[in-house]
Amino acid sequence: MEYIVAFTVGGLICVVGQIMLDFFKFSPAHVMSSLVVIGALLDGFHLYDRLIDFAGAGAIVPITSFGHSLVHGAMIEAQRSGFLGIGMGIFEVTSAGISSAILFGFLVAIFFKPKG
Amino acid sequence: MDQDQLEKNKKKYKKAIEPFQPKPSYFKNCFKAFLIGGVICAIGQGIANLYIYYFDLTEKTVASAMLGTLILIASVLTALGIYDRIGQFAGAGSIATVTGFANAISSSALEHKSEGVVLGIAGNMFKIAGAVIVFGVVSAYIVSMIRLLVQTLIS
Repeated sequence: MEYIVAFTVGGLICVVGQIMLDFFKFSPAHVMSSLVVIGALLDGFHLYDRLIDFAGAGAIVPITSFGHSLVHGAMIEAQRSGFLGIGMGIFEVTSAGISSAILFGFLVAIFFKPKG
Repeated sequence: MDQDQLEKNKKKYKKAIEPFQPKPSYFKNCFKAFLIGGVICAIGQGIANLYIYYFDLTEKTVASAMLGTLILIASVLTALGIYDRIGQFAGAGSIATVTGFANAISSSALEHKSEGVVLGIAGNMFKIAGAVIVFGVVSAYIVSMIRLLVQTLIS
């Protein structure tokens, strides 16, 4: 059951991205940036947490969760140390994702030859 | 030929070739994006369940490990040239997920490999993904500022 929910919610977020690509003629970079901003805005109203509770990986895997976890880390640290905490905690939750993307991207570029 | 004439000719040409251009099939594209995006999310759910079952992780802590695994898979698939083929079929299905983020990083790193390790790979790695991080951080800053302000005003 949770696979079906994850499939549906994740698929719907991708459809939003596809609509941006086809109707508004966005480039892939524009689509990703807009989705991240949407995720951050939704988390500002505590809505994205509920979506994650409902859909699990269906809400975590799409790029919108990147904006969500940026706001999330900032708010966790801000509860402890006030306005300065926003800057201190902004990468706290999402740092595993970014650092592994950099590491694997670098290693892959070193060891593989470009194709196509 | 002056500028006006050039502009007019451009418009005429666009109108003339219109019947010969393929119409983008919106519904089909959306369905493909839905299918592939959904499958990627379902795979993520499967990996998360596997990690919870085999390792001592909770539902809160498993997200980073699951995303890391997906990013590793996407980077390797990009290097093998498979991810581009999936992307041609799926459109936004392969862009709007975290695997698309990993693909953006590793594909631009691979593309500029010939320019050297420092200036090529490391310097161009964030060509597309940099925009995502910049917009994410700026919007997250603004949103958190407003939320904290509202919180302190209420309490």
